[in-house]
Amino acid sequence: MKCTVCREPAVIDLRRHNSNFCSDHFLKFCRDQVTRAIADYEMIQQGDKLLVAVSGGKDSLAIWDILNALGYDAHGLYVGLGIGDYSDTSGAYVKRFVEARGLHLVEVDLQDTYGFDIPTGARAAKRAPCSACGLTKRHVFDGAAVDGGYDVLVTGHNLDDEAAVLFGNTIKWQTEYLARQAPVLPARNGFPRKVKPLVRLSEREMAAYCVLAGIDYIVDECPMAAGNRHLGHKAILNQMEAQSPGAKADFYFNFLRSGAEHFRADDHDDGSIGTCERCGAPASGEVCAFCRLLERAGGSLPEPQPVELTARRDLGRGVVRELERETHR
Amino acid sequence: MIVRLRNPSRELTFRGPMSVAKLFNQLDLQRETVLVIRNGTLVPGDAMLADGDEIEVRPVISGGA
Repeated sequence: MKCTVCREPAVIDLRRHNSNFCSDHFLKFCRDQVTRAIADYEMIQQGDKLLVAVSGGKDSLAIWDILNALGYDAHGLYVGLGIGDYSDTSGAYVKRFVEARGLHLVEVDLQDTYGFDIPTGARAAKRAPCSACGLTKRHVFDGAAVDGGYDVLVTGHNLDDEAAVLFGNTIKWQTEYLARQAPVLPARNGFPRKVKPLVRLSEREMAAYCVLAGIDYIVDECPMAAGNRHLGHKAILNQMEAQSPGAKADFYFNFLRSGAEHFRADDHDDGSIGTCERCGAPASGEVCAFCRLLERAGGSLPEPQPVELTARRDLGRGVVRELERETHR
Repeated sequence: MIVRLRNPSRELTFRGPMSVAKLFNQLDLQRETVLVIRNGTLVPGDAMLADGDEIEVRPVISGGA
């Protein structure tokens, strides 16, 4: 098998593109796909300050690597979730990646900052672990991005992730979620802009990128994710892909092109969302979902610290807002 | 050849030569869900695997979203 571009021996075949690539041209292919996604969906503007949520897995480390290769100045954010040895190992991969490349990493440890970890929080709140984890990560990601003055929060969601979420929302006809599924969520209601530059690349392609780019990542699956519904949806979609290469991309991108507009009216977020009375984060009720989880898990918000505004990245949002109110009085 | 798999972690022995595509069939794997790494190098679906090769079949699907 030869590289479609240069005719040298190929290292990977991509059936959905009817192409094969050598190592160099595959790495270029991945970077080109990210460049195209950023341009097509206007993800990043010149001068934007980027924060990349990294887990130690293939997707997040790959997108951080690609953004740096493309010349973006992107910082990383790692959240210590307290999932036993898995979190210790994933954190070590992130730190090795950062040290090898001299990058800037923001770290938030759930136990140290909020007094709980994901297994405890999920049990106490009687939520599925992935549900508690997702809720917590979204809160911490949003807070770190806003408090750190970042314009854009980058996540490593790839084509398989997005197609599986779309599949799950479609089979339940969750029209409000369908209305919001997009590669870019604009900044609003106190949330940062969120972008997914890997939507044009599959999980297999991202794993191959890491192998070929020399990125060491945690291969083992999170022990709390085993058997979850999302993995089941991915398995179904991969069966379709085996029969019809390109099926996942067709499903997702044809939805964006032709389907998404029909659900816009079901997005009931009109920008009038309030703020959580406890942490200051955007919330539809008096108390946000994260603070309710925190209460059940026996954790607490970080104590306000008498620090200068220049250190705002290390503070909780409520603290920053209080300081800003003091400043403007 | 020795084939190393994960989830659960285990090693299997196969006789070569064998194509990567045939290995997928033997292991009942979908090609979209794994990479095949031979002696530390990524290989495509038509690569031939030989006795003495060390093969890693690396899963690529993750459950977080």
